[in-house]
Amino acid sequence: MLVAGLIEVCRATIAENTDHLCALDRAIGDGDHGTNMRRGCEAVSAEGESLSSLPFPDAVEKIGLTLVMNVGGAAGPLYGTLLMEIGRELRKSEETADFPQVLKQAIDAVARRGRAHAGDKTLLDVLYPVHAALAKRSPLGDIARKAERSADRTAAMKAMRGRAAYLGDRSIGHVDPGASSCALLTTAICRYLGEHRPQ
Amino acid sequence: MTAKTANVGIVIVSHSPLVARGIADMVRQMVGDCVPLAWSGGNVHGELGTDAGGILKAIEAAWSDAGVAVFVDLGGAETNSEMAIEMLGLPRSGLVSICNAPLVEGAVIAAAEASGGASLARVVATAEELSP
Repeated sequence: MLVAGLIEVCRATIAENTDHLCALDRAIGDGDHGTNMRRGCEAVSAEGESLSSLPFPDAVEKIGLTLVMNVGGAAGPLYGTLLMEIGRELRKSEETADFPQVLKQAIDAVARRGRAHAGDKTLLDVLYPVHAALAKRSPLGDIARKAERSADRTAAMKAMRGRAAYLGDRSIGHVDPGASSCALLTTAICRYLGEHRPQ
Repeated sequence: MTAKTANVGIVIVSHSPLVARGIADMVRQMVGDCVPLAWSGGNVHGELGTDAGGILKAIEAAWSDAGVAVFVDLGGAETNSEMAIEMLGLPRSGLVSICNAPLVEGAVIAAAEASGGASLARVVATAEELSP
């Protein structure tokens, strides 16, 4: 149920924000981030039933692979690496899993994949603050707000990776589309967990 | 598609199917059939974009035990190519290199080098000499 619910809220938030994400990407990239993410989420949704029957770590890893195979842009390998690493690490650690630690390793794998660092105006600028909030055991609502504020802060950054980097200083003033989709997904996941797994 | 050749294979990856195919045509004109060659262009729907699964198939199609040199255009093409190479798994993933070289000139020069039986390292180095 958890997997099916998370897949649906992620799909829904990306579907609602497809145009917004494309508009952000048109400003500093190739304009397809929203449609790419929607395509990936729809492919994951289509596999929802079989994914729900898998153990949680396997389901997460498989979702990552489906994103890699369907998103189409650099976001596919980046989100795909994040989820595949989370799945693999959870499987390795089984019940002893320390989720913040698992997430940190997965985020580091995304950074290596994209050869990017914090401050480069990418989804990492949301992922690292989300990890920090999670590690402090912040309430879910605070984690979501941190994600949103962190995405907004990418507007002040100069893009160092991806197509936006070709714009140099002209990328400043625009929110990064990858950071924005990452904040949207984080918010949707936090809201769902808040409603379905009261802490 | 699995040409039995000792020559290094060449794979072209572009966001545009037209670009990828056009460069493959230019390479073919230069070296004929003596170099294994394949391309992947566009996303899964054939629109502008890249497709890790399609790149994986192209690497398989251009496979050579001497190795495969991959030429990419922009960011997502490189990231998705890295993903495709990982999906090949060891030991084959160790025989595939992404070249930091201009797409058209790099692929043509690499193919010319490969057609003479050069090693993967030599093919990649020759193409990368084009990059400043």
